[in-house]
Amino acid sequence: MDLLAPIRLGRPYAVTADGIVDRLRLTLISAGYAASFLPSLALAILTMLCLVLGPALGIGVLLAQLVFPATAGLTAAHRRISGQLLDEEIVAGYASDRGAPVLVRPLRWMRDPARWRNFGFLWFSASGGFAMSLLPVALLTLPLTWLILAITASGWIWLFLLVGSGPAYVAWWFITPPLVRARALAERGMLGNSRVAELEERVERVRESRAETLDHSAAEVRRIERDLHDGAQARIASVGMNVGLAEKLVHTDPAAAAALLREARETTIDALEDLRGVVRGIHPPVLADKGLAGAIEALTLALPVPTSVAIQVPRLPAPVESAAYFAVAECLANTVKHARAGRAWVTGRYDGERLRITVGDDGRGGADAAGSGLTGVARRLDAFDGDLHVLSPAGGPTLVELEVPCRIS
Amino acid sequence: MRAVLAEDQALLRVGLTRILESGGIEVVEAVDNAPSLARALTRDDIDIAVVDVRLPPTFSTEGLEAATTARRARPGLPVLVLSQWVEPLYARDLLASGEGAVGYLLKDRVADVDAFLAAVRQVAGGGTVLDPEVVAALVSARSRPLDRLTDREREVLTLMAEGRTNAAIAARLVVTEKAIGKHTNNIFAKLDLPPAADDNRRVLAVLAWLDGR
Repeated sequence: MDLLAPIRLGRPYAVTADGIVDRLRLTLISAGYAASFLPSLALAILTMLCLVLGPALGIGVLLAQLVFPATAGLTAAHRRISGQLLDEEIVAGYASDRGAPVLVRPLRWMRDPARWRNFGFLWFSASGGFAMSLLPVALLTLPLTWLILAITASGWIWLFLLVGSGPAYVAWWFITPPLVRARALAERGMLGNSRVAELEERVERVRESRAETLDHSAAEVRRIERDLHDGAQARIASVGMNVGLAEKLVHTDPAAAAALLREARETTIDALEDLRGVVRGIHPPVLADKGLAGAIEALTLALPVPTSVAIQVPRLPAPVESAAYFAVAECLANTVKHARAGRAWVTGRYDGERLRITVGDDGRGGADAAGSGLTGVARRLDAFDGDLHVLSPAGGPTLVELEVPCRIS
Repeated sequence: MRAVLAEDQALLRVGLTRILESGGIEVVEAVDNAPSLARALTRDDIDIAVVDVRLPPTFSTEGLEAATTARRARPGLPVLVLSQWVEPLYARDLLASGEGAVGYLLKDRVADVDAFLAAVRQVAGGGTVLDPEVVAALVSARSRPLDRLTDREREVLTLMAEGRTNAAIAARLVVTEKAIGKHTNNIFAKLDLPPAADDNRRVLAVLAWLDGR
């Protein structure tokens, strides 16, 4: 059993063995939370001492070298435990103190809101938090205490208390999960990253993805320009040359002129094919006409691997459709190239908030999310805050899940 | 006449070779990359190089650079550059590389076989040929001072910048050569250009002025 599995707040009316085991586990964690009362109180008091003595005597500066890292260690343990109970990661978000001389560090810590939040947490852990976490432990253990006393000590009072403690178990059954969860939530509120830091981090991520997107677009534009230059443009220029030469030869050497014209006609067909290819690479006409489902359907028709498509999505904004389409195209191209699959499938749905598409195949697996093709896909989706998950154990099957948040306004 | 041809696309290399040979110009070497072009340009049995701006390995302006480098070593080596884009800057680099015998044409012009062959001969003979599109770009960039010219004078200036001789301009505009002479004198006066004796020097003066140098 995983001691720190996430808390499930189910319907607590049916008493089952599982339920009892789960509540015993939470009570144990609660006991741990309560036990943190002592170090918390000690550190809180020492921190106060630091604040008082620091400016005056300098002892505070030395004391701080011990107290602050110890606090960071204690809160880190709490973050990990509460985070696992809530099934999310709680990030401290300390300001960096790197590059500061050891004696200057306390000044940095003093200016860091995350450290002040730690200080607040210490007091919570030593007061209200302590009471709150002690309650499930007390409800569970007090009746046992009365029982032991009733057997060992004399006096009716213990027996009376023991009989009266039935409700304690009922209360324990009902309030333990919400109480432990409340404690974890309170810790997340106090120890978690502040809104500002979270936004800063998000902005940083957005900035990175924007830079990558720009690079990617620039590369795409270069590719398109090259395709046009080397393909259609060159062919059309060659048609012009052949026709011009034919015009010159038409009276003197009609046979040669006819041959040149025939060549020119064939070249125009190639030029149009080139242009079609370039246009498809920019924005497939079928995507514009039929939307994502139709376009992916059309895409799979041309694949050598039999592919089933089940996509239920409305028309989405063109940039999202385009990104999703090319992402799926890239995934399917990978399937054809590397998977040795007997069949592939694409499923997709849209729940009003997010577009989710899964591309799967029954091939040999071992696809690498860090591979260049899939990084390109991830980058395309990054621009929309989208995600890409690859599940591809050796031996298959491979599942690539794409997620793009998008609202139809 | 003997020519070196540099063009990376096989289709166009064949087409250009055919066209040059149809005009009695022997293509002694047809190359498809910059290093080979640089080697070919050191031959002393060639009368002209017809060069694509973009060549492998990097597909930027290798052809142009190879041509200007060769012209530094051999001033006046006739070079006709072909491009799929109008880029006045390239034309300027080329013009800056010495006294005439240069040309810059869009590949589309090659389809007018006789005109193209005439341009090749003109460059080989030390003349200057610029694509009308390039000239139009230069003229429009310098539109303000050109307000002083009459419409007719502007027409003459444009044709002059393309590298045409007075006789050719006269034929084109269906007037006498004397009339064109008058127009050119007026243009030179209005634009404060030094009077120039031969056609090519005159063209270069006009281009230098259009280029704003």
